[in-house]
Amino acid sequence: MSAMTLTPIEKKPLSFALPVIGAAGGFAGLFVGTAHGSGLMGVVIGAVALMALGFVALQVLGLDMEKPVRWGILALFTVAGVLLAGVPGFVLGVLFGWFFSWFIYWIGEGRYRANLAPYLTGGQVLWHYAFRVICGAIFIFLITPILVVMPLSFNAENFFTFTPEMLRFDPDGYSLKHYRDFFTSSGWQQALANSLAIAPVATLLSVSFGTLAAIGLSSEHVPFRRAIMAILISPMIVPLIISAAGMYFFYSRIGLQGTYFGVVLAHAALGIPFVIITVTATLVGFDRSLTRAAANMGADPVTTFFRVQMPLILPGVISGGLFAFITSFDEVVVVLFVGSANQQTLPWRMFTGLREQISPTILAVATILVVISIILLATLEMLRRRSERLRGMSPG
Amino acid sequence: MSDTTDTGPVLAADGTPLKRSLRRALRAQKLRALALIAPLLIFVLVAFIAPIADMLFRSVENQIVGNTIPMTVEELRDWDGQDVPDEQVFRAMYFDLFLASEAKEHTKLGSRLNYEESGVSSLFRTTGRDVDDMGEVFQEAFEEISPEFEEAQFWYDTMSGGAGAEGNERLMSNQIGRLEQLEASNFSGDAGFVPGAAISDILPNTARAYAAFAAFTHFVDEDVVAEEEPWEAVYAALALDLEDPGTAAALAAYDGPGAELLRQAAAADLPPVEMKAAFIESNKDWNRIEYWEVIHTYSPPYTTGYFLNAVDMEKTTEGIALRSEDERIYGILFKRTMFMSLVITFSCIALGYPIAWILANLPARTANLLMILVLLPFWTSLLVRTSAWKVMLQQQGVINDTLVWLGLVADESRLVMINNQFGTIVAMTHILLPFMILPMYSVMQTIPPSYLRAAKSLGATNWTAFWRVYFPQSVPGIGAGSILVFILAIGYYITPEIVGGTTGTFISNRIAYHISSSLNWGLAAALGSILLAVVLILYWAYDKIVGIDNVKLGG
Repeated sequence: MSAMTLTPIEKKPLSFALPVIGAAGGFAGLFVGTAHGSGLMGVVIGAVALMALGFVALQVLGLDMEKPVRWGILALFTVAGVLLAGVPGFVLGVLFGWFFSWFIYWIGEGRYRANLAPYLTGGQVLWHYAFRVICGAIFIFLITPILVVMPLSFNAENFFTFTPEMLRFDPDGYSLKHYRDFFTSSGWQQALANSLAIAPVATLLSVSFGTLAAIGLSSEHVPFRRAIMAILISPMIVPLIISAAGMYFFYSRIGLQGTYFGVVLAHAALGIPFVIITVTATLVGFDRSLTRAAANMGADPVTTFFRVQMPLILPGVISGGLFAFITSFDEVVVVLFVGSANQQTLPWRMFTGLREQISPTILAVATILVVISIILLATLEMLRRRSERLRGMSPG
Repeated sequence: MSDTTDTGPVLAADGTPLKRSLRRALRAQKLRALALIAPLLIFVLVAFIAPIADMLFRSVENQIVGNTIPMTVEELRDWDGQDVPDEQVFRAMYFDLFLASEAKEHTKLGSRLNYEESGVSSLFRTTGRDVDDMGEVFQEAFEEISPEFEEAQFWYDTMSGGAGAEGNERLMSNQIGRLEQLEASNFSGDAGFVPGAAISDILPNTARAYAAFAAFTHFVDEDVVAEEEPWEAVYAALALDLEDPGTAAALAAYDGPGAELLRQAAAADLPPVEMKAAFIESNKDWNRIEYWEVIHTYSPPYTTGYFLNAVDMEKTTEGIALRSEDERIYGILFKRTMFMSLVITFSCIALGYPIAWILANLPARTANLLMILVLLPFWTSLLVRTSAWKVMLQQQGVINDTLVWLGLVADESRLVMINNQFGTIVAMTHILLPFMILPMYSVMQTIPPSYLRAAKSLGATNWTAFWRVYFPQSVPGIGAGSILVFILAIGYYITPEIVGGTTGTFISNRIAYHISSSLNWGLAAALGSILLAVVLILYWAYDKIVGIDNVKLGG
């Protein structure tokens, strides 16, 4: 960015820097204060302390001493944290200390303008950073629930919340007992086995039918293309509860309700739209002259498909398959109605667990599932890049 | 084309006109494409479209009344609805109910009609228990005349008209067909009994009742007809036949097996057949015209009743009317589902817009990193996220604990954030947020940042530049995301079920309740059909605005 070199970074007057630093200190002090009984005292002490620190750092010691001063502030906050709240306070102290040691210089030395266009007004700069803080808060909202589950799954107690031992980082507060429970309980293992018996077969069904149909659909001369597409996509659009209700009624009419085959059929139907969408998207970039060239050289359609077309669209097929797999593996509404107790899957068991007997084993299962989804996400991203490279698009 | 007429048609290499050979090639291509699509299309039609069609069918289907009490339905057809029906209807009801209670189907009919008028269920249940006693009077009277009336073989011989007699096949197959409808199954083979043609002319009710008994004994109980003593209903039917003065005369000319005993019975003094009185004695509610109105109203094989019920209306004698204030639940539920889905959609717009903007405007490397924070929740199991919110929002949960620890909330006044609308809205906003961000992001990526700079250099303020230049271009993304989120939200089941409590549930929770707990499948199907219609309209709008081919799946 050219703005970086253009924008002058100059020391800000103390009349600006100190109140800002003080305000931040007051804000942090508010929380410390309320935790210890008096919010007002917290605000005052926080503001005064931070202003004093800022004055010392910026005015008395200056830029030459930046490194040692920053370490000093960090140490100061850490000690204060330990004194106020023990081990959890230590962590918070380190975080706050790190933040303020950076913040004081960031404000005081005018570094906040470094990456911005030089002509921005003060209000625009403020909005720029306020907007980032808002976005940060939303990102925290997105990710916190998932992150919170993980440490809780190592809880030594049967609670759904952090125990004082956990907050003190006491090793006794943590244990693997919920994982042990998951791996030894026959109910959970049966559920896992059922999920693993249903999802791959359903995926196989939807991928094999779906890929063929996607190839058919990508041809230019398909009559009723829109209507066919609408029918094939519909399992994704119709709310699950309606699909579940309809399948329950219809499958019990034809004797499939409560059978393994019925659940597989239902899940395959739900996975098909994902395969269709991903594979047709991949086929958009497929060069048709390749199949013609293959045919020209004497390859029959089957050979052409497996030797020429398939390797090129494979990333799309695999990612469609992953979508179908996760759809089936995650699905609970339809299996709840179409399946019987013998087809109880992992999500089903989690669902009944959440509704009835709340056991933290669910959190252990949840953590395992998060890890699995991270792996799937990474695989998918790799496939996407590979596919774009193969089709000569730049990865973006 | 016109110039080809002068020189003759253009020919392909093999001599056929080029037009035709092109058309043939095109047709071959079309057929090949269709052949590739066909297996999947059939699969989806069977595994998915057929169930949906079945649900739509069930929302109007009402064959249970006609299948369980067909004769009563027939008799009631011309009922004027002014008075409680006469003896004729009660007699039909007696024979219907007897067979139904033998097959244990009368309680199903009772609970079906109970959806429309409470109290019908107990009416059918109590009287279903009493139908045996009502017939026993006649059984005892006949056995007094001759102990032979107790014998299974006597009845079998009498009703079949003896070996080699002409049989009334139609009556028998009618009764088997009726039993098939009642039991909702298919019976093959014959029942080992055919009523005699002559005797079924003389004693029509008895022949019908005995044929029904024979069919049931053979197919359902899987016993031998000739070895089973007939039901009480058969004795009642015989008494009914013998009440007719013409029967005695016809019997005088009859010489089949049992004729002598029948003549003797016709001459004897039998208790009168008064089914109306017997029914009312069994349960005085049979005298209430409201119940007969319900049976009458719901006797056709198809009904709008479930749909009316689903929109808080009911059929009354004066036509269709709104239910009374305290019975209206579905209107509230639909409104709540709509309202909460809208709130969720707007929260998603409010939270998703800044995120999509920052992702689209940051350098690609940073944006890709931040994208993980959006995609990870998107890829995480729905149940994981729902359980995470349960952990977060509980009274002893993470948020409350943090607030108490910070001193912002007193320990004894922890916030109630779960099992209400708030919990559902927060959890579902989180769950559906990626579905809003991703379409918005893909639209915003296509807006050149130079437009904003151009607007500003022409003197627009930040706000004007955003509102007049950037925002209008990002509207398609908002539209796509909103419809997607709204469609997903109004059909949600799992999350409201777990964090919604009683005030935060959706219409889908009610559908699930009717399927698995109250077993009112018709109403569940009607509610589902209404929901489906709403979703399809939105889907159609989505297709118009975005195009269904443009659905993108997370990156």
